[in-house]
Amino acid sequence: MADRSNHNLLEVKNLRTYFDTEDGIVKAVDDVSFQLKRGETLGIVGESGSGKSVTNLSIIRLIPDPPGKIVSGEVIFNGSDLLSLPNEAIRKIRGRRIAMIFQDPMTSLNPFMKISRQLMEMTQLHLGHTTRQAYDHAIKMLETVGIPDARARADNYPHEFSGGMRQRVMIAMALSCEPELLIADEPTTALDVTIQAQILELIKTLKRETGTSVILITHDLGVVAGMTDHVIVMYAGKIFEQARTTELFSLPGNPYTKGLLRSVPDPTAEQGKLYQIPGLPPDVAHLKPGCPFAPRCDRVEEICHREFPPFVQLNADHYSLCHFAREVYAASGGTPVAVETV
Amino acid sequence: MVTQKSTDEQQDLIHTPPEVAIAEADVRPAEAGEFVRGTSLWRDAWRRLLKNKLAVFGLVVVVLITLASIAGPTLIKRTFGFTPDYIPTNDVKLIRSFPPFTGPDGEFSWAHPMGTDNAGRDQFARVLQGGQISLFVGIISTLVSLLIGVSYGAIAGYFGGRIDNVMMRLVDVLYSLPYIIVVIVLLSMFRSQTARGQLILLFIALGSVSWLTMARIVRGQVLSLKNQEFVLAARATGVSGARIIFRHLVPNTLGPVIVYATLTIPQIMLTEAFLSFLGFGVQAPLASWGSLAADGVQNIAIFPWQLIFPGVTMALTLFSLNFLGDGLRDALDPQMRTV
Repeated sequence: MADRSNHNLLEVKNLRTYFDTEDGIVKAVDDVSFQLKRGETLGIVGESGSGKSVTNLSIIRLIPDPPGKIVSGEVIFNGSDLLSLPNEAIRKIRGRRIAMIFQDPMTSLNPFMKISRQLMEMTQLHLGHTTRQAYDHAIKMLETVGIPDARARADNYPHEFSGGMRQRVMIAMALSCEPELLIADEPTTALDVTIQAQILELIKTLKRETGTSVILITHDLGVVAGMTDHVIVMYAGKIFEQARTTELFSLPGNPYTKGLLRSVPDPTAEQGKLYQIPGLPPDVAHLKPGCPFAPRCDRVEEICHREFPPFVQLNADHYSLCHFAREVYAASGGTPVAVETV
Repeated sequence: MVTQKSTDEQQDLIHTPPEVAIAEADVRPAEAGEFVRGTSLWRDAWRRLLKNKLAVFGLVVVVLITLASIAGPTLIKRTFGFTPDYIPTNDVKLIRSFPPFTGPDGEFSWAHPMGTDNAGRDQFARVLQGGQISLFVGIISTLVSLLIGVSYGAIAGYFGGRIDNVMMRLVDVLYSLPYIIVVIVLLSMFRSQTARGQLILLFIALGSVSWLTMARIVRGQVLSLKNQEFVLAARATGVSGARIIFRHLVPNTLGPVIVYATLTIPQIMLTEAFLSFLGFGVQAPLASWGSLAADGVQNIAIFPWQLIFPGVTMALTLFSLNFLGDGLRDALDPQMRTV
């Protein structure tokens, strides 16, 4: 493989994924673009239903069709557009070069297959391992992800493993072919906090060792802060803000991001009410013209209900979807650059 | 539910649904030092089956009759020196059919515990040999129906949408045909010259009409399974559709499939008996319980044992298989029992 370390590993351009439901067309992902460099970690945050998971399922074309459909856009992975590849070719990429970890380790392992067999399936399929090789590799992977006594535990069934161990198995599976991109879809949501920290630490370590790029989907801002280089904030199928992680946390340029940051509980404040963004996310099947966040925004003005906001560049790597992006950015203490992108 | 339950049984209820077992295993702290030995679904089911007296009775009877059918004719040959189709030729008597435990001269004899038939053949040996054929037809035809039904149902369920629609409407159409007539038409159209050929034809005919319910059961299972995350996870690892169906989904439908298969065997045996009774099924010199009963019914007034023994043996076997099937269903699908 050519060394493209300075290039983008993944480039998503104007991705639109719509679902045709009885309620009308749901624009789950609407005009989403982003890039991911080799070896970097990208965080995608947003409330439930904001299109985080759909974006990532679209990348490896696992949108259930019908009712879902990738309407337009490009997903350039290592120079080739995944959306125009034949099915056979995309299957060779799934698991081999782009691997996924799912939210609920309880249900993402086949209850009727031994752990070892599920791990072996990966390498036999993609790396052409013999049974012997695949078995040894499976044991090695289980040891890598920190399953104690891996050789004895490999022939257990998933129900004999705890949630955290199962998530480790999922990670072992995902990494067993040394993929270039790992998509982790809320990998810690279903786990308790101590296990959560262990799993995140594990992903971090393995990422450092293998140089895999990671897309981390989460609704936990704390996780994003500790794990990622770049963050995308999604709302109603759109990217609301996009920035380097450090910048996003210190100088948010979007009222929605500000709201999210304010609603993180502060352990030092012993009393007082926890802030929450008023209202509920909109019904994406029936979006009104104007900004989808307008009804919940504390900075809303008349124009927000009327016109869809522009995607404003605030800094080198910082974009925000808001009519008042520059003002919000300035209020956070940032100095917006002169360029303006729509 | 019954008010009084033994602690053992309560324990049992706690363990029953696999999801509950999983949740429970997780609650236990991993570092407690005690190694969590999960009870497997199969061991659990086996324990429940052993508690069901009727099912155990069925299991024992089925095993005994199967063993007797397989080994019986050979043992009789060793002991008394005649095969099931041995016709005595040395004495020319007008009536050759003797009642049970009776020799040719009316004296008591152990040689023919079920008497003899019209030609003087030993009825006991004939019933055992007939058992071979009947069980064989039941099992092989069930396997045929299993093969067709499981593949068909799994494919329809997995692909869903229009493919599913077309495939299942075809099943509905086939369902609406009176299957016994379909079998009779099939058997008489492709009538085979040899007894063996006729037997194979019988397998195909019976198997190909009895897969419909199996297909529906498997489709239903697959429909609910395919939306589970492990299928998505398998797809995300690049596993092909066929492999997902047969490696990931079908094994997960095993419970209901086994139950239904055990209940299909007696059903098919009964149909076979019915067909043989009508003269469409097993042809002489092979015999099945159905064809023996058909022979016996002609002489029911004079030689009732010719009908009674094959009939009772078959009824006992069918009862036992049904008890076993019901027991298996209760054991493998505990949620149903509490309803």
